[in-house]
Amino acid sequence: MLFLLMYLFIDLDASKIEGSQATAKQAAELLRSVISQQRLPQTHQATALISAVRAVGEKLIAANPVELAVGNIVRRVLHIIREEDLSLATAAIDGLELSAVSDDEDDVERDDYPVLSAAAVAAAARSTLRPPSLQTLLEDTPISAAIPHTSSSGGDSEGKSRSVDKSSRGRKLKHDVIEAVNELIQDISTCYEQIAEQAVEHIHQNEVILTLGSSKTVLEFLCAAKEKKRSFKVFVAEGAPRYQGHLLAKELAARGLQTTVITDSAVFAMISRVNMVIVGAHAVMANGGVIAPVGLNMVALAAQRHAVPFVVLAGSHKLCPLYPHNPEVLLNELRSPSELLDFGEFSDCMDSASGGSLHVVNPTFDYVPPKLVSLFITDTGGHNPSYMYRLIADYYSADDLVVKRRPATTS
Amino acid sequence: MKDQSNSSKQQKPKLTKAERRELQEAQRAAKAAAKGEGNKASATATSANARPAKAVKPAQKSDNASVAATEKKGGDFPHEKDRKKDVPQPRLQYDDKSRVEKAKRRSVVKQTEARNRVELFRHLPQYEHGSQLPDLEAKFFDLYPMHPAVYKVGLQYISGDISGGNDRCIAMLQAFQEAIKDYKVPPEKSLGRDLTAKIGSYVSFLIECRPLSISMGNAIRFLKSQIAKLPLTLSESEAKTSLQADIERFISEKIVLANKVIVKHAVTKIRDGDVLLTYGSSLAVEMILLHAHELGKQFRVVIVDSRPKLRGQQLLRRLVEKGLNCTYTHINGVSYIMHEVSRVFLGAESILSNGTVYSRVGTASVAMVAHAARVPVIVCCEAYKFHERVQLDSICSNELGDPEVISNVPGRMDVNHLNGWADIENLQLLNLIYDAMPSDYVSMIVTDYGMVPPTSVPVIVREYGREQVWI
Repeated sequence: MLFLLMYLFIDLDASKIEGSQATAKQAAELLRSVISQQRLPQTHQATALISAVRAVGEKLIAANPVELAVGNIVRRVLHIIREEDLSLATAAIDGLELSAVSDDEDDVERDDYPVLSAAAVAAAARSTLRPPSLQTLLEDTPISAAIPHTSSSGGDSEGKSRSVDKSSRGRKLKHDVIEAVNELIQDISTCYEQIAEQAVEHIHQNEVILTLGSSKTVLEFLCAAKEKKRSFKVFVAEGAPRYQGHLLAKELAARGLQTTVITDSAVFAMISRVNMVIVGAHAVMANGGVIAPVGLNMVALAAQRHAVPFVVLAGSHKLCPLYPHNPEVLLNELRSPSELLDFGEFSDCMDSASGGSLHVVNPTFDYVPPKLVSLFITDTGGHNPSYMYRLIADYYSADDLVVKRRPATTS
Repeated sequence: MKDQSNSSKQQKPKLTKAERRELQEAQRAAKAAAKGEGNKASATATSANARPAKAVKPAQKSDNASVAATEKKGGDFPHEKDRKKDVPQPRLQYDDKSRVEKAKRRSVVKQTEARNRVELFRHLPQYEHGSQLPDLEAKFFDLYPMHPAVYKVGLQYISGDISGGNDRCIAMLQAFQEAIKDYKVPPEKSLGRDLTAKIGSYVSFLIECRPLSISMGNAIRFLKSQIAKLPLTLSESEAKTSLQADIERFISEKIVLANKVIVKHAVTKIRDGDVLLTYGSSLAVEMILLHAHELGKQFRVVIVDSRPKLRGQQLLRRLVEKGLNCTYTHINGVSYIMHEVSRVFLGAESILSNGTVYSRVGTASVAMVAHAARVPVIVCCEAYKFHERVQLDSICSNELGDPEVISNVPGRMDVNHLNGWADIENLQLLNLIYDAMPSDYVSMIVTDYGMVPPTSVPVIVREYGREQVWI
């Protein structure tokens, strides 16, 4: 397992894994193996799991802080653990309460309970009117405080069955968590299909679409619309200095779409004839802002000027619960100047004594503020940028925003 | 002017003012029909010259004399007529098949149409670039009607050795100077008309090599108007020297001196501690930065560059060698760097009458990002580049460059996905040369007439664009 970790660190560090989806999947699989190999104590299994995942997660995030998908997955897994624990606890409490009433129905009830998976319970809890977070917090604490209370105050007659219950609960917790993490991995893998399903609602006949650089989500999205016999044209801006736009254009043309490659400088000129801008994102922040490949802020401004909808496609593993403070600097990565300038050609002018200094700036990401984004299309449907913070409550817990191993105190 | 000579002729039959006006309108309609649409390089001055279809030579002589004598007429009458001539001639649209065929038959340069043409730009010429160059080079010594200097300049345009509005204009004018020097009037022909026709043919050749820039169009109009204004009493050699001197003066006043005046104005806008951003490589901006550095101001320069020409690298080299502190980035990174910038200086290819700045593609994006970040944008442009045309977006009129340069990224062997793009059926490559920046992005325009807002451009075009102030 340690080897797995090391390899993942090295790959993350060197940014060799392309695309958030692959990174997210690998991180999830790694955490799954961490969970399955973790030996759980008798009490406070959830806490043990959480601290184990936190320890690994901290290292993963530190390896490449700009790759936000890793942090997202770590927080998702932590949230899963908490939720599973919570649902098991509520199930246990309900079971306890019922057992206080009658013994006969007890066994029947307890046999029935494993059928209800934690995910379903959590979904039921979510669908019942989820009050604002403060109230939820207040509702939570009595239950979690009550668990040790009731379990300790249980009668001796139940003592043996209780201990059996606890160890089976421990195994159940792990089992449920791993099941949920598998579902998470499944979701990450199928996010393209779910987003592409919505393509036909947004793209119609004889439209002109503009995109910059390359994103697998965008490719699948456009091809899904093509499958449904919508005929439209695509302008692809090449996305210097990586020139991923060339790849995307080639793929799109191979699949039968009318594609034109333009330079990034021509975006403002062409956007007056464009109906929609569709782009992918690197990460979506809590305020609805987007960390996107460099150049997309310019495209978003041009789209706003010409009243063209700016649509961002993002799988839910890209949704990050953090707020972007100074994102151009803190959430950015500066790459090698050799992509822009040839060292050989410019070494002479840097050497001359009377010459001035020469800096080269080659950022990787751009921050697009939420007011420039018209729509987010995720695997859970289309959303306004102002709604994204609500999705965070679905996927993340407030305790997990800072992934740092706490010094061993309370749970 | 015209009505002076006509009315002096017609005072004998004593026509009323209304009847005289009718007669003149009828005459003008006849001449406009006779003139035809052969001229691609719009020349309202040539229409003034070609007008004497009915009025025979003596009238023309007095015409020219009175034209040379005084320009400003009292009263509104001539001004209205002049204003109708101000509407710029419609340019050749390349989706008009019959006219394109006609033009092809007259052309010197054989162009092959590009494959995979972009539909949106059917109204602009799209040719395979460079295909005509070896053919033309072979013909260098046999092309009789073309003067070798003009031929050379045309070849330089095709190969891209000369690019940039000012350079192209100066090269063309100097080639015309040579051509005029060697020119001999054929017998039985008037110097004015024959020379104008010859210049017209040279211009058509240059257009086939590369579409004219707006500054070049203005320079040609100036030259033709100077030819038209030549008094007929001059001998051939005197006329030729006078024209050469005119061209010399145009270059020195409208280009060289204008740039010096622009620098003097704009340098006052640079303060110590500024971070100045510029895009691509503009002569005016480069002169401003160097001059400010010589004056001892402390500032930093950010150069934003873009594909496919990457002209910013040459500017970068020149500035660093002179000792300025420079930062270099590509156009996608302009949002990142704009937070540090205090002023943006941009050059322009031309400024149109509705305030739109027509310049190298990408300039509009830089101005837009600067506007969003509340950074002042200062455009530096000589007044001879102003034009009375209007344009709303970059599609209506533009120039299409060679699509091959998009697929080949120099210095990056790993980026070769688009090799053989012409064979892929659904794929087109588009290489736009210019774009149109809306006037609300521009804070100020610095010209040789001073520092003006974009709304003053049509005023300058109207008041100072008349022949008399182009001197």
